[in-house]
Amino acid sequence: MTPRPALDVPAILKEAGLTALVMLGLTVGLVGFRIPDGIGASALETRFGAVAMACGLAFAGRIALILLREKRPRRVLFASTAYAVVVALAQAAPVLFSPAATERWITLRPFDSAVVNGMTVVLAAAFALRAAWMEWRHRRFPGIKERDKAMDAMGARVQRATHFFGPALLLVAVILPFLPMVDRRLLDIAVLVVTYIMLGWGLNIVVGLAGLLDLGYVAFYAVGAYSFALLAINFDLGFWICLPLAGMLAATAGILLGFPVLRLRGDYLAIVTLGFGEIIRIILLNWYQFTGGPDGISGIPKPTFFGLEFKRSASDGGETFHQFFDLTYSPVDKIVFIYYVILGLALITNSFSLRIRKLPVGRAWEALREDEIACRSLGINATNTKLTAFAIGAMFGGIAGSFFATRQGFISPESFTFIESAVILAIVVLGGFGSQIGVVIAAILLIGLPEIFRELQDFRMLTFGGAMVLIMVWRPAGLLAHRTPSIRLSDRGGEP
Amino acid sequence: MTDACTHPQTPLLHVEHLTMRFGGLVAADDVSFKAQDRKITAIIGPNGAGKTTLFNCLTGFYAPTSGRLELNHPTRGECLLERMEGHRIARDAGVARTFQNIRLFARMTVLENLIVAQHNRLMRASGFSFLGLLGFKRYVDAETQAVELARYWLDRIGLTERADWEAGNLPYGDQRRLEVARAMCTEPVLLCLDEPAAGLNPRESADLNRLLTFIRDEHSIGLLLIEHDMSVVMGISDHIVVLDYGRKIADGTPRAVRNDPAVIRAYLGDENDEENDNAMPPKVTADPKGGDV
Ligand SMILES: Nc1ncnc2c1ncn2[C@@H]1O[C@H](COP(=O)(O)OP(=O)(O)OP(=O)(O)O)[C@@H](O)[C@H]1O
Ligand SMILES: [Mg+2]
Repeated sequence: MTPRPALDVPAILKEAGLTALVMLGLTVGLVGFRIPDGIGASALETRFGAVAMACGLAFAGRIALILLREKRPRRVLFASTAYAVVVALAQAAPVLFSPAATERWITLRPFDSAVVNGMTVVLAAAFALRAAWMEWRHRRFPGIKERDKAMDAMGARVQRATHFFGPALLLVAVILPFLPMVDRRLLDIAVLVVTYIMLGWGLNIVVGLAGLLDLGYVAFYAVGAYSFALLAINFDLGFWICLPLAGMLAATAGILLGFPVLRLRGDYLAIVTLGFGEIIRIILLNWYQFTGGPDGISGIPKPTFFGLEFKRSASDGGETFHQFFDLTYSPVDKIVFIYYVILGLALITNSFSLRIRKLPVGRAWEALREDEIACRSLGINATNTKLTAFAIGAMFGGIAGSFFATRQGFISPESFTFIESAVILAIVVLGGFGSQIGVVIAAILLIGLPEIFRELQDFRMLTFGGAMVLIMVWRPAGLLAHRTPSIRLSDRGGEP
Repeated sequence: MTDACTHPQTPLLHVEHLTMRFGGLVAADDVSFKAQDRKITAIIGPNGAGKTTLFNCLTGFYAPTSGRLELNHPTRGECLLERMEGHRIARDAGVARTFQNIRLFARMTVLENLIVAQHNRLMRASGFSFLGLLGFKRYVDAETQAVELARYWLDRIGLTERADWEAGNLPYGDQRRLEVARAMCTEPVLLCLDEPAAGLNPRESADLNRLLTFIRDEHSIGLLLIEHDMSVVMGISDHIVVLDYGRKIADGTPRAVRNDPAVIRAYLGDENDEENDNAMPPKVTADPKGGDV
């Protein structure tokens, strides 16, 4: 990029100020004073707030025009998009939000009249489109390499920041249930987000490290959930025994699937795994005697704390958590406990993936992703290596599935549709293949935000799809894709 | 490394009647030759002669239509390569190779490339990674050893300083040498190099020659070398096999091959093939290294 001449800020301000003055002259008489109609109204009503707002917007609009003229679209794009979105939301608040939230949103309307607000939104949107077009035209062709470099640098910076940021995030995660603003709803959302983080980390082993595009990851989630439910109900086994068993069963399913299909590459593998995900769901749906078909399985036992239950009163012969510790019963205790269970499981998944990357299998996975033929020429058994990736990914998916089953207490095939696989994959793709922190951020973005803004549910899939398309066009490696070497010579006494 | 215990009667590699057909095209047609350890055997021939095909058969990427590929491993005995799976040829028979179009793990670092090459040993030491997961000392030691071996080769190819670079970011010549080093990290008995000097400048090419003779002399393994650059071929090979249209047309010392009329015809006979005109000078007057066998 060639350096551009600096903007003449005073001149711009002067021009914008003039525009504001003109606006003032136009509006002060027409808008500023209003003769209230109706009987008994006497005093003149003043609306100087609206006048000031109009002048302010004129000022800002003029600056935006000048910036566009000077071919500096970036800030115009951000500012006008933000304005348009906020005002549109404020205007639409009564339809979108709860009454309490609407109250707050309404204060953000610049004018009282919906028509005037609408007009400003349209204008801002026009500015935004113009700016976006300009930005696109100017950056598209010469800028791709530079932008990729900049994004790589950002990925690297995030990676480095993770050294400090990671433990801080972990700390927040650990004390989360005790933070004052965290209520039951938020905690529930946190449990959901952490579940998806764990699933994302599990799938990241398969997709990010080994480079195998698996579109049927939900199958292993389902196998884990059903294994857990059936084991717990039919054999009366406890949570902590069922969990690893379910993980192992899911891993077995991974190996059974992997064996025939791992010879396929790329797109073919993706299609077959997609099919496998559906097959599992259809089997669950139709094998009525075993899985309960569409009715699913209910009454799945809740997790216990060393045999102590989280209930108001103990089932016969048992003791409850609050009785044992002499606490007053609180239903939140159970959610807090569940939260810590999934947090622990997710952390195990994370430290496992971080460790395995530095082991021969992990390096072979990455090498396979880079070049399978070269791997073969070095004596690496590609099939077995891929199988281990598949099995380990499936195992973590299965464990997460068990957790899902025990948390819900009820499972049915409906919970394991393709869209789940798509969401998990989206988390991995958005976060950046192979980036652990990227998965966390993406899960918070994709699961947490929609859950908090539940009112916007209907737009969720749309946003999802849009985000995916943008990522694919813009940065196929994922937002925070940055690879740290698994071993460094300079750390081993090698002179740099 | 020492000059004791040679096996003069059993060659390291014995290719017998190798034929490889692709539909109607015969890419290798009844090719037989021998390659000895501690010798560089060059395989030359015009474009499309079947040189890479021969390598692909040797290293298990193609299953030959017929023929016998016998490798006599100094410790593990006789291996029939045509019956082995691709990865086992590298792992059990000790045949390593490089590729005509470089195949490094581009986004992994130089050091990682060399460590991945030692996969099988590390795998065993780490109890198939499960013991390594628990941080067993045996694995830590094995990894240290692997890094030492990598460092040895890095020193040889002059990339120690850039060990933590992404392999894909290295200059072309360095990538070529890294691929040779990576193949050597599998500790092979036979190293197959597919045009290692392609695209190198004269200085890099000379470096490569030195590296290859070093490997031959100090590691006492056999090398098979596909090469178009005649200065490399004539400079360092001990034995030359010439292929043309899948058939072997000559086999002998550099000097003998150079003056072989069939070879000269193969290289000069096709007027259209301008690339090969300058690849091989027609006649030799004096050859300083020619008399070494
Ligand atoms: N997999 C394949 N399928 C069909 N034909 C093939 C295949 N591999 C090689 N061939 C053909 O076999 C012949 C020999 O090819 P090969 O790559 O072995 O030549 P080469 O001697 O390595 O040539 P170059 O010097 O250009 O590398 C060519 O005609 C090629 O088209
Ligand atoms: Mg070739």
